[in-house]
Amino acid sequence: MTSERPSLGTIRVVSLYDDVMSVYADRGNLLALQHRAAVLGVGVEVTRVSLGDALPVEADLLLIGGGQDREQRRIAQELATRGPKLRAWAADDVAMLAVCGGFQLFGHWYRDGQGELLPGIGLFDVTTVAPGPGWARCIGDVLAISTLDDVGEVVGFENHGGRTYLGPAARPFARVEHGFGNNGADGTEGCVYREAIGTYLHGSVLPKNLALLDHLIEAALRHRYGRDVRIAWEQDLYAARAHHAAAEVARRRAPRFEGVARP
Amino acid sequence: MAGEATRRLGRGGGTALPGLVARTLAPGLVESLAAQPGQGVVTVTGTNGKTTTTHLVAAIATAAGMTPLTNRTGSNLERGLVTTLVDAAGADGRIADAARTLGLFEVDEAALPALFPRLRPRVAVFLNLFRDQLDRYGEIDSVAAGWARMLDAGAGTPTLVLNADDPSVAALADHARGPVVLFGVEDRSVALTLAEHATDARFCACGARVKHEAVTMGHVGWWRCDACGRARQAPQVFARRVTLSAESSEVEVVSGEEQATLVLPAAGLYSVYNALAAVAAGRALGIPLAASVDAIAAAGPAFGRQERFEVGGRAVRIWLAKNPAGLNEIVRALLAAGRPLHVLAFLNDGIQDGQDVSWIYDADLERLTARLERLTCAGARADDLALRFHIAGRTPEATIGETGPALEAALAATPEGGTLDIVATYTAMIEVREVVAARAGERSYWETA
Ligand SMILES: [Zn+2]
Repeated sequence: MTSERPSLGTIRVVSLYDDVMSVYADRGNLLALQHRAAVLGVGVEVTRVSLGDALPVEADLLLIGGGQDREQRRIAQELATRGPKLRAWAADDVAMLAVCGGFQLFGHWYRDGQGELLPGIGLFDVTTVAPGPGWARCIGDVLAISTLDDVGEVVGFENHGGRTYLGPAARPFARVEHGFGNNGADGTEGCVYREAIGTYLHGSVLPKNLALLDHLIEAALRHRYGRDVRIAWEQDLYAARAHHAAAEVARRRAPRFEGVARP
Repeated sequence: MAGEATRRLGRGGGTALPGLVARTLAPGLVESLAAQPGQGVVTVTGTNGKTTTTHLVAAIATAAGMTPLTNRTGSNLERGLVTTLVDAAGADGRIADAARTLGLFEVDEAALPALFPRLRPRVAVFLNLFRDQLDRYGEIDSVAAGWARMLDAGAGTPTLVLNADDPSVAALADHARGPVVLFGVEDRSVALTLAEHATDARFCACGARVKHEAVTMGHVGWWRCDACGRARQAPQVFARRVTLSAESSEVEVVSGEEQATLVLPAAGLYSVYNALAAVAAGRALGIPLAASVDAIAAAGPAFGRQERFEVGGRAVRIWLAKNPAGLNEIVRALLAAGRPLHVLAFLNDGIQDGQDVSWIYDADLERLTARLERLTCAGARADDLALRFHIAGRTPEATIGETGPALEAALAATPEGGTLDIVATYTAMIEVREVVAARAGERSYWETA
């Protein structure tokens, strides 16, 4: 469909622990990336890295999804050993998308539902506590406005027991309009550090948030080629319609966030 | 009774309300009613196949001279069970013909732990445990742990009928207080050559990763755990040879010393598993294999599960898709047809469908795309489904939210004499089946009950 489009280059993508951490169909993010990149004329080289595999020397974009507590426990120790390299990548403006459990473990630490403290890699200045039995999970549709100007409105579905709190240095990824967000209390959703984005949004998040997907592809191209590579805006009616439908559902079904003062 | 009253009021049938009333009126009611069936109580649970398996066990029990008392599809939570029991009891609170009655209940996997000690089943069937509607059930580990705790707490000495091929179900044998009947597939020719994406429950009860020599679907297959030595045990009820085709399956079934050939009027390996579970439940009830096999062969499909209708010179087949594992099995069964496919796919996002529609990205829809002659996406989240197929490389010919118009368009585009396959989530299946049945000249679901 876009065979005449000049190639904009190739980005190197790491899909981290996707055999363990894809419990809420975060796999859709990689599928959407591959599809969109083909439309835009961007090549994608994917390296899947699971337990025991070495990280490649370089990467332009890293994806990690969510998992159950048990799966997070399985990867946490090994992920911690990869912390220095992943933090160095983030400091070097490698684009990243960490969803749900992956977002939690990219923070300083996560105290899970059984009270076990899992180490994080401290890439985001956030900490997460699952309050445990008796506390409702944060489950439902989300509509939020990203703090990234070129991303705008984001939609998705959240399902997490953990409450995430931003540290003083942390910038939220979005402000919640409908849904719970990081902790149901302060109206923040996710976290941004340089070109790395953490979020609780499933849906999967990238297929129907095309501006976010394009933002990540541009950041990855910038990292690869050391300069801005502008991708020509390409409409995608299917993505736009699904985004619109999800936004309508969130407005109808999810509680409007009332802006409770930060504790 | 109350059920009749609410049904007469029209909308939506009356499968849940009287249960609520009765529960409020009489604590201990479930216990006293569930204790009455002279043939005992059978529970059927698991992520996929509950309704079909219950339907097949009912056919087997009926052929053996029992009178099964079953709950209706979709009423597998506490209220639905209470309704079933209350409706069956007379004014004196007694179930008629109790001596021949077999309580036969499909029970939601998350609702079972609370109901199990109250129903005190004679036979408890566990089919499988797949990732399903995480917004409703939470994480699957908690479902498996709940089952184990429920069995440890004890309620008589039920015979456990367990899927030997599903590691998280087979592990329940460790918690059995009575006999265990394992069922499974021994014919490795039906193993998948390509691992499906939607695998889960990949961890053993000990916490280590389960290894598979081969899988039949999802994480179900020939498994073992090197860390603790748990491994798939040889089942007493098994398929020695399986031949799958587009419309039916031929299965050589072995049950202990007995063997028989089952011609199953349903497509897909998951249908074979349901039939094996029903045979194993029959075995637990003391029914010979030959009788079970005959009863299954004669039983039609369960409500909305591969039901076939004829509408305006087209065959219409309805498939219920609730989760990635189930949808993958439908894809596999559709591909077995070996012809260009006309598919009408519905995605709803009600509570019974799963409000989170992410799961469509975990199903391997890419496999289907090359075979699609025509695709219509429909339902409340038709746009999400259309996007999923778009990303899989196959944009739909039409995207129509509303059930009636979507059905008309898809039927009109299906050549006369051809087959329209309707794949739908739960609430969409109920809606579209109603319209299809009406068009085919059959009475609606609620009227036939
Ligand atoms: Zn083990």
